[in-house]
Amino acid sequence: MIKLWFKSGSPWIWLNAAAVSTCLIMVIGVLGLVAVRGVGHFWASPIVSMSYQEDDGAVKNIIGEHVDTTVTPALMAKSTGFKMADNEDVLIQYLMKTGNRDLTGSDFRWIQERHIKSQAEPADLIVVERREWGNFYGQLMAVKENDKVVATGDQMWATLQERLQAALVLHEKITHLEKKELGAINYALEQLRLKQRGLELKNSWNSETAKDFADKKAAYDVDYKHYQAQLVDLHQQIRRDSLVAKTESGAELVIPLSKIVDVYQPNNMSLFAKIKHYVVKLGEFLSEDPREANTEGGIFPAIFGTIMMVIMMSIIVTPFGVIAAVYLREYAKQGFTTRLIRIAVNNLAGVPSIVYGVFGLGFFVYILGGNIDALFFPESAPAPVFGTPGLLWASITLALLTLPVVIVSTEEGLARVPKAIREGSLALGATKIETLWRTVLPMASPAMMTGLILAVARAAGEVAPLMLVGVVKLAPTLPLDGNYPFLHLDRKFMHLGFHIYDVGFQSPNVEAARPLVYATSLLLVLVIIGLNLAAILIRNHLREKYRALEG
Amino acid sequence: MSEINNSMTQSSLNTATTSAYEKWRLLKDAIMRRAVVAGGLSVIFAIVVIFFYLLYVVYPLFLSANAESAAQYAIPEESAGKTLFLAIEEQNEVAARFTDTGKVIFFEVKTGKTLAQKTVLLPENVAISSVALGSPVNEGAIIYGLSNGQAVIVKQQYKVTFNADKRVITPSLKYPLGETPLVIDESGAALEKIAFKVGDGSTTIVAKTADKVRITSFEKEQSLFGDDASLTRTDSILNMPAGNITNILVDKEDRNLFLVSDDGSLSFIDMSKKNAPEIKQHLNVVDAGQKITSVSFLTGDLSLMIGDSSGLVAQWSLVKDALNKPALQRIRVFKVSDKAVISINTEQRRKGFVTVDANGEMGIYHSTAERELIKEKISVSAPLSTILSPRANALLFQNADGKIHFWKVDNEHPEVSIKSMWQKVWYESYPKPAYIWQSSSASNDFEPKYSLTPLVFGTLKAAFYAMLVAIPLSLMGAIYTAYFMSPKMRIYAKPSIEIMGALPTVILGFLAGLWLAPFIEEHLSGLFALLVVVPLGVMLFAFGLQFLPENVCQKIPEGWDAAMLIPVILISGWFAFSISVPLETVLFHGTLRDWFKRELGIGYDQRNALVVGIAMGFAVVPTIFSIAEDAIFSVPKHLTVGSLALGATPWQTMIRVVLLTASPGIFSAIMIGFGRAVGETMIVLMATGNTPVMDLSVFQGLRTLAANIAVEMPEAEVDSTHYRVLFLAALVLFVFTFVFNTLAEVVRQRLREKYSSL
Repeated sequence: MIKLWFKSGSPWIWLNAAAVSTCLIMVIGVLGLVAVRGVGHFWASPIVSMSYQEDDGAVKNIIGEHVDTTVTPALMAKSTGFKMADNEDVLIQYLMKTGNRDLTGSDFRWIQERHIKSQAEPADLIVVERREWGNFYGQLMAVKENDKVVATGDQMWATLQERLQAALVLHEKITHLEKKELGAINYALEQLRLKQRGLELKNSWNSETAKDFADKKAAYDVDYKHYQAQLVDLHQQIRRDSLVAKTESGAELVIPLSKIVDVYQPNNMSLFAKIKHYVVKLGEFLSEDPREANTEGGIFPAIFGTIMMVIMMSIIVTPFGVIAAVYLREYAKQGFTTRLIRIAVNNLAGVPSIVYGVFGLGFFVYILGGNIDALFFPESAPAPVFGTPGLLWASITLALLTLPVVIVSTEEGLARVPKAIREGSLALGATKIETLWRTVLPMASPAMMTGLILAVARAAGEVAPLMLVGVVKLAPTLPLDGNYPFLHLDRKFMHLGFHIYDVGFQSPNVEAARPLVYATSLLLVLVIIGLNLAAILIRNHLREKYRALEG
Repeated sequence: MSEINNSMTQSSLNTATTSAYEKWRLLKDAIMRRAVVAGGLSVIFAIVVIFFYLLYVVYPLFLSANAESAAQYAIPEESAGKTLFLAIEEQNEVAARFTDTGKVIFFEVKTGKTLAQKTVLLPENVAISSVALGSPVNEGAIIYGLSNGQAVIVKQQYKVTFNADKRVITPSLKYPLGETPLVIDESGAALEKIAFKVGDGSTTIVAKTADKVRITSFEKEQSLFGDDASLTRTDSILNMPAGNITNILVDKEDRNLFLVSDDGSLSFIDMSKKNAPEIKQHLNVVDAGQKITSVSFLTGDLSLMIGDSSGLVAQWSLVKDALNKPALQRIRVFKVSDKAVISINTEQRRKGFVTVDANGEMGIYHSTAERELIKEKISVSAPLSTILSPRANALLFQNADGKIHFWKVDNEHPEVSIKSMWQKVWYESYPKPAYIWQSSSASNDFEPKYSLTPLVFGTLKAAFYAMLVAIPLSLMGAIYTAYFMSPKMRIYAKPSIEIMGALPTVILGFLAGLWLAPFIEEHLSGLFALLVVVPLGVMLFAFGLQFLPENVCQKIPEGWDAAMLIPVILISGWFAFSISVPLETVLFHGTLRDWFKRELGIGYDQRNALVVGIAMGFAVVPTIFSIAEDAIFSVPKHLTVGSLALGATPWQTMIRVVLLTASPGIFSAIMIGFGRAVGETMIVLMATGNTPVMDLSVFQGLRTLAANIAVEMPEAEVDSTHYRVLFLAALVLFVFTFVFNTLAEVVRQRLREKYSSL
């Protein structure tokens, strides 16, 4: 029976089917893993307060969020040094996020389930998202104004919310002043310095220009002083209020409201409030700057940098890719050479991306950039302008990397345009370029679009070459801002993919940053799969269209 | 086709009335044609540029050195005495001539013009009986051994100032241990040979009189108040015959002392205890009948270059022996000339050296790379004194013709050779030759080690494990999807697997490093159980399906097996993990990891080749799957139909007809997949520990070429050897993948032609 079954070959077919299933499970598994972990990050999970017996027998209070659970068989637990009673089969351990890094030294701790004496979820526990030292978990005791208690008991929470809103508005104002206004003045002063150095180099620096520059500088100084005064005032205001909270060990801690991003009571929130909280947190994640060495806060600069880079790359790659494809398909004499070129172009898609990075760094950054600096920016020497990795070089490098994608896709589109259409146009007296421009290229445009979308998807996910040609972990300024010439191609930028690498692998507090990395990954995956699906849809649509034409 | 079209349009236009508008249209056509051709060609040109640019950066690595005479002039101030030796400062602008009368003449290197003349403060009526450069050489200190048993230490100093953007170098002499001569031999015997080490805290002088070798050490002790420093002196006499010693070498740690005798023997003395030096080794270092003609430390003072009268230069290094004690061992030999090697000058910043033989022939070598970089005759006979500049880019020597010659040396990348990159190299202070990649080092003493072998090994290892995961999954998947799956399911299944290929590898790497690696570490046994349990489970399920009642069987749609198997695999996978822990405890008494360590001695890194294999396998699956599936799917239908009609089962048709026909396509799919695995950067960077070890174990980490570039490129100094070696790594990757992909592409094109002919 079994022998016969094996002879029929059907088990092998089943095994092959199993391979497909495994692949599908892996795809869905990976996407699911990223989705589940990424989505969960913004949910306000309940805070547990428990009394826990430490190894030395002392009973302590622990307040925190439950993060992870491990179950270890007794034998294994024993071999790793845990004391196990005879009747215990497994050792259950919880990873708790207890926050309060400034007091305890770490955000997380492992506890053993068997040592928990009791646990509860009191409604009055608060989570304080701080600008420094991560989250605080504890109990709100009082709200203070200039060291004077202004609210305790029932109205404490309402007062805190009200005052926190005020503090956040002030903080907003301060960052605006520091980044926008003072940033603009600093930028203008730096430009002035460069101009002066440029004039000195040209030997046209004289008393007249010196006076002129001094006047300008004085004007900026006046502005600067003005803003500085405002800042001092704002800082004084924001420092006024603070809250007093009790930690798990019963100690009281004063947290100034100026250091707080958000305070909430997860155990006291209705489902609706939690959903609202979730949406707000998601919004903050997408729109705010990172904090604490990128391990907290938002990822806006990374999103912005990725988009800028992709746009720049598209602007470069589209015309070149299309022209190359048009040349190969419409102008070049078909034969051995074109075949060779096609093979070369195809293979370039298979060249490791890091090689493009190396090329970009050596050729674009050091050779092109170095020469541009020497020719056009002698005044800023020895600081490089374009002779250092930056947005422009990253875009060009990625354009080169994605060029084969656009060429291949466009060529495919051109090949699908029926011959009759070209011949018809030529027969009506149109020149070749008119035929191309008016009939062939518009018909092939969805193919170009597909190529471009695939190129964008590839560029958005590529990290290795960018590490060499322009991405940094933390860019102080965006490549696009209000200072002339607005688009700063020489600036370094942040990138989603690199952000994942950097935060996941180079940050000092990987455990705390992990949910954030999952969330970032989810965003990147969604963008890239969305782009790819769009490309597939366009391609399918295109095929249908030509099938109709050919028929 | 295009040619015909063009001529047609032009002829029709020419017969028409050529108005200005028509002319403009034609002109536009012509301009655009040129523009497109230029644009297209430039893009293709740009692609070629990549290759040639990489080559252009790498090329200088393999250039030999270049040396040319830049100036020669009469000996400055010849009347001031005979030259003992020459010295040159870092910028190659000022040189010094030390004479046997205690004069020091500083002169301009380019012209020989005297800049300053100084006299070393020596006691009256005393002759200089020996002279030596201090160790370390870059301190520029010199000791004079005198005929009355005293010694004087001077230091050359070159002060650099800028006067209106012009560099001015002012030479001077300093006495680091004071101007009063140091009494070395109280009996007043002449110091025939001398050597010393200078340092901030201590100075050690080793001097040889007619019958003794004396070690004198001065410990400087700063008093608590004021700037007064007192010298504590320790004296000892070496317990060995001193008569025939010709050279004394003290290393810069003043721990090791080497004495060279005229009978070709070398003594190694440990003098870390100044009052009780210990003779460790005494051995003959040249062939019988030959003599040691020159000797010098290689920079770092870890090995000696010994030149002999037969023209050989041997590198002797302190290597830890079986008892873990340092012992001198000859680690390589250079055949430099047929004549005696009269001088060896070692570079101060690299492990290179310059030899001059009795014939006046100069050779530049690099010790670890075992490269002869240049050989050039610089003088008709043996030059008197040769000195290599601190940056090793100039050579100054006094010739027998009574002139001083200044040569410029261009020797940018001596440390790299084919041998040093691809073969085992015996580095200083290593017990045996090894493949090592260690591009950066804390100081000049330890040279960077550029062996690409561990990186290539790591690359291939990672690719191998990735292919081990990817090939079965993707090929079996392709076979099923292309041939057995229902078309309806194929529409969804194929793009879903292909979209895996679009996933950014940084995400796969992140998951591999932070989720998969700890997971596997914890569930290693489960992973192995999975390999057995899942296929078994699938087989059992399939076998059991036969026994279902007829009417149920017919309701199962054909070609949806893969969908049906998903729950089966999930359940058997879960089962595998849940039985693994009890099994592990019973079979291996603890975790499987510990068992491997205990029983087989296999260590376990959390981020290892297994993790990389799975993660990168995942990334490569879609590539192989997609191409292989296409190849199998486009096997002409009449072949399979014919086979089935002749009575073959679908599986037989698959194996004997379809796979055989599609095999070139499958081959090319594997090639392209392999190319991708070789060049993948982010997954390897994040999922391995990036340690460049050569270990086949699946539980050990690795470092690949690509990851290495990503890690080190940002820190490499432009145009340095390191930078160029990294470019070479990129070039290797480029060529490797290009060859593989081209091969695959050619195979695929052939296959397409074959299909169309079938």
